[in-house]
Amino acid sequence: MSFLNYLINGLSLGSIYAIIALGYTMVYGIAKMLNFAHGDFIMVGSYIIFTIVSTLGLPPGVGLLVAIILCTLLGITTEKVAYKPLRHAGSPLAVLITAIGVSYLLENVALLIFGADTKAFSSMISWSGVSLAGGRLKIQGFTLVSIIVGILILIFLQLFINKTKSGQAMLAVAEDKGAASLMGINVNKTITLTFAIGSALAAVAGALMCTAYPSLTPYTGAMPGIKAFVAAVLGGIGSIPGAMIGGLVLGVIEILGKTYISSQLSDAIVFGILIIVLLVKPTGILGKKIQEKV
Amino acid sequence: MKKLTKQQKSNLITLAMVVCFYLICEIFIRTGLMSSHLKGLLVPLTYYAIAAVGLNLCVGILGELSLGHAGFMCIGAFSSSIFSVMTRDALPTVPRFILAFIIGVAMTALLGFLIGIPVLRLNGDYLAIVTLAFGEIIKNILNAVYMGVDDKGLHLSLKDAASMGLDASTGKKIINGAMGITGTPSDSNFTIAIIILLVSLIIVQNLVQSRDGRAIMSIRDNRIAAESTGINVTKYKMLAFTISAAIAGAAGVLFSHNISTLTAQGIYFGYNASIMLLVYVVLGGIGNIRGSVIAAMILYVLPELLRGMDKYRMLIYSIVLIVMMLFNWSPKAIEFRQNHLSKFSKRFRKEAAR
Amino acid sequence: MSLLEVNDLNISFGGLHAVHNFNISIERGDLYGLIGPNGAGKTTVFNLLTGVYSPDEGRIILDGRDITNLKPIDKNKAGIARTFQNIRLFKDLSVKDNVKVGLHNIYPYSALSAILRTPAYHKAEKQMDERAMELLEVFDLAGEADTMSSNLPYGKQRKLEIARALATNPKLLLLDEPAAGMNPNETAELMDTIRFIRENFNITILLIEHDMKLVSGICERLTVLNFGQILAKGDTKEVLSNPEVIKAYIGED
Repeated sequence: MSFLNYLINGLSLGSIYAIIALGYTMVYGIAKMLNFAHGDFIMVGSYIIFTIVSTLGLPPGVGLLVAIILCTLLGITTEKVAYKPLRHAGSPLAVLITAIGVSYLLENVALLIFGADTKAFSSMISWSGVSLAGGRLKIQGFTLVSIIVGILILIFLQLFINKTKSGQAMLAVAEDKGAASLMGINVNKTITLTFAIGSALAAVAGALMCTAYPSLTPYTGAMPGIKAFVAAVLGGIGSIPGAMIGGLVLGVIEILGKTYISSQLSDAIVFGILIIVLLVKPTGILGKKIQEKV
Repeated sequence: MKKLTKQQKSNLITLAMVVCFYLICEIFIRTGLMSSHLKGLLVPLTYYAIAAVGLNLCVGILGELSLGHAGFMCIGAFSSSIFSVMTRDALPTVPRFILAFIIGVAMTALLGFLIGIPVLRLNGDYLAIVTLAFGEIIKNILNAVYMGVDDKGLHLSLKDAASMGLDASTGKKIINGAMGITGTPSDSNFTIAIIILLVSLIIVQNLVQSRDGRAIMSIRDNRIAAESTGINVTKYKMLAFTISAAIAGAAGVLFSHNISTLTAQGIYFGYNASIMLLVYVVLGGIGNIRGSVIAAMILYVLPELLRGMDKYRMLIYSIVLIVMMLFNWSPKAIEFRQNHLSKFSKRFRKEAAR
Repeated sequence: MSLLEVNDLNISFGGLHAVHNFNISIERGDLYGLIGPNGAGKTTVFNLLTGVYSPDEGRIILDGRDITNLKPIDKNKAGIARTFQNIRLFKDLSVKDNVKVGLHNIYPYSALSAILRTPAYHKAEKQMDERAMELLEVFDLAGEADTMSSNLPYGKQRKLEIARALATNPKLLLLDEPAAGMNPNETAELMDTIRFIRENFNITILLIEHDMKLVSGICERLTVLNFGQILAKGDTKEVLSNPEVIKAYIGED
C-alpha cells in the first residue's frame, strides 16, 4: 500500500505545482512573457497568511481571503508598473530581465520585513484525513484538500474561459493581439485580468504549499516557481489542461523519484523528464505545433 | 600601414580597455591603495566578465536564450579541480594549471556539444527552459556524487563517501558529495584571469567578424533565409553554442582555482547564477561584446561596494535593475529621452558653465 | 536537355491539395513566369523547388540531377537560389554582409583561420568584399554597403535580396513577387535589372509576379496556376490572351 500512498502524495504535490503552473501558463499564453517573479507571489501570499493567522491570531479563512486580494493587487500593480511599459520593447529579453528584477525585489522586501529565519507555518487545514482499507491506506487531510482544490480550480478556469465573455477575450488575445483589438477587445484590460487571476492562484498555492511544507523563508517560492514553470512547459505552455497534467506528472515523478531512486537526485530526475518529453514532443504534451509560414 | 575598419578599431578599443583596467588595478595594488576586500574581487569580476562574453555569443550573436551557462561554469570548475587535486603533488604549478585549464575547457566544450545536439532542435523559450534544466541537472549531480582514488583506480558513488570502498591507506577523497572539492591549489590570479579574458574577447570578436560569424548571425536574423542561402544551420548553431559553453567553462576553471572549497551550490552554479550572467549580457547590450565586459564588472562590484548598507544592498540592486531596464528598453522612455534629454543636457551644460 | 525538369509534383496540407500534378520544363537561359490568382499555389511550388517542403509525389531534376528530396541548403548548393514574397533579409547585418552570407560557400576558410586571422582569412575576405561590391554595383546599392539592411527602403530591400541570392552563384534563380510594393518607376528599373542579370550572369530565372506589365514585359514563357493545377502554359502572349486565364483572373473574383 505504500506505493499508493506515495502516489497520492505525488498527486497532492502535483496539484500545488499545477495551480502555480496555471498562473504561469495563462500569463505566458496571453502576455507572451515568462513571469519569473510568479514563484515569489507564492511567498508573498504565504507571508500574508502567516501574519494574519500566526501573528494576529485570526482564522485561516480570513488569512487566505486577504492573501488572495493582496496578491491580486500586487499582480496588477507589477504588471502596470514593470511589465506593461516593456510590452513593445525591442527584445523580449527586456521584460524577462525586469521580471527577474521584480523577483529579487519581492524577495528582498520580504527579507527586510520578516528576516531570513524560517517561519513555522501552522497548518491551514485541521481535517485529519481519511483511513482506507482498514487503516492500511491513510490519506492526510491536506493531501486530499490540495487535490480537490486543484480540480476545482481547473473546472472553474475551464468554465470561465469557455463560457464567459472575458474568458473568450483571453483566448482571442492569446491567439492574436492585433486582431483581438481590431475586434473591439480591450487587450490591456484582458492582460491585467490574466495577471490578476494568476496572482490569486499563486496565493492559493502558497497556502497549500506552506501547509504541506511548513517552513517559510523569503526564497520559499523560487524553486516551486521554477518547477511549476517546468510543469507548464511539460504540459505545453499556454494550455490550461496541459498545465494541470504537467503539474500532476511532475509532482508524482518527484515523490516517486525521491522514494525509489534517490532523494538527492530528485531534481535531476524531474528536469531529465522535461528534457526527454520535449525531445519527443518539442512543444510539450498538449502543446500545439506551430510552423512558420514561408 | 593598412587602414583599420570601424569594426577592427572597435575590437582594439575593447582590448585596450581591458589592458588599461588591468594596469590601473596593478598600480593601485602595488602602491597599496587597494583594499584587500576589493583586491579579492578582481579575479571573480574578471571570470564573470569572461562568462558574460561567452553567454553573449549564445544570446546576442546566435540569438538563443540560454539559462544554463552557470552549469557550464560548474563543469569547467569541477573537471579542472579534479585534475589539479589529483596532480597536486606530482606536477609543478605552471604545467599543472595549463593542463587543468585545457581539461576544464575541453570537458565543457564536449558537454556543450553533447547538450547542444538535443537542445538546439528546440526554439525560443523551450530552448531556454531546457538549458535551465541541464544546468540544474549538472548542479544536482555534482552535489550528490562522491569520487575518490586509491591504488586500484577511480571510485565513484552517488550514496555516500563510505560506499566508494576506498582503500584506507592509499585512498584519497576528491569529491565529497555536497561538501565538494577541498584543496584545489589556488593557481589562478588576476593576471592569468585578464589574459584569459583577452583571449576570449579575441576569439569571440574574430569569430563574429568572419564568414562563420556572419553565418551564425544570419541564422539569428532569419533561419529560413539562411538555409536557402546555403548556410548549414545545425553546424553553425552547434559551433556557436559549443564555443559559448567552452568560454563559460574557462571562467569556471578560474573560479575553482581561486577558491579553497568548491561546492556545487545554487548561488554559484544554479539557475540564479545563470540569470545573473544573463542580466550582465542584457544590460551590457545584447550582442555587444564590450558591453558585456563592462556590465559584468560594474554589476559584480556594485553589490559588493554596497556591503556597508548590508541589509538594503540587494534591495537597491533589484530596484536599480528594474529602473534601468525600464529606462533602457521601454519604447516610451526611449522616445522621451530622444525628445527631452538632449535639450535637457544642453541646458544643464549651459547652467553648469555659468 | 532543359535546366529544370519537374514531373507530376504533388503536395497536400491536411485535406487541401495545394499543388496537383505540377509539371514544368525550363530551358537554360529562360526568363520564365509563374502566374495565377492569390492562393493558387505558386509560392508552394517555390517552397517545393527549394526544399522548404518535401513533395508527396513527383520528381525535380536540375541539370540532369535528381534533387527532389534535398534539404534547402543542399538545393542551394545544387544551384537554386531564391527570394521571398515577405522579404527575409538578415536585418541586423549590413547590406554588404547580407551579400557576403550569400558568398559563404564560394570562398571558404576554417573557423580556426578566422580566429587566428591567418592569410587564408584575409585573402578570402578580400575576395568576398570585392565580389560583394561588384554585385551591389549591379543593383545600385554600393553606396549603402555599410547601412544596416533593415534601414533600407522597401524597394532596395527587394533588390538586396536578389543580390544575396545571386551571390550563391546559382544556375536557377527563383524570384517571388520581386515587384511587390514597388511604384511603376521602380518596377521599370527592376525589369531592366532582371534583364541585365540574365544576360550577364549566365542564369535562368523563374519568377512569380502579379504585375502584368512586368510579366508581359520580360517573361518569354508562362505557366498559369489556379487552385493548385496548371491552367495554361506556353508563350507569354498566347497565354495572356487565353480566355480561361482571363476568366481565372477577372471573371470569378
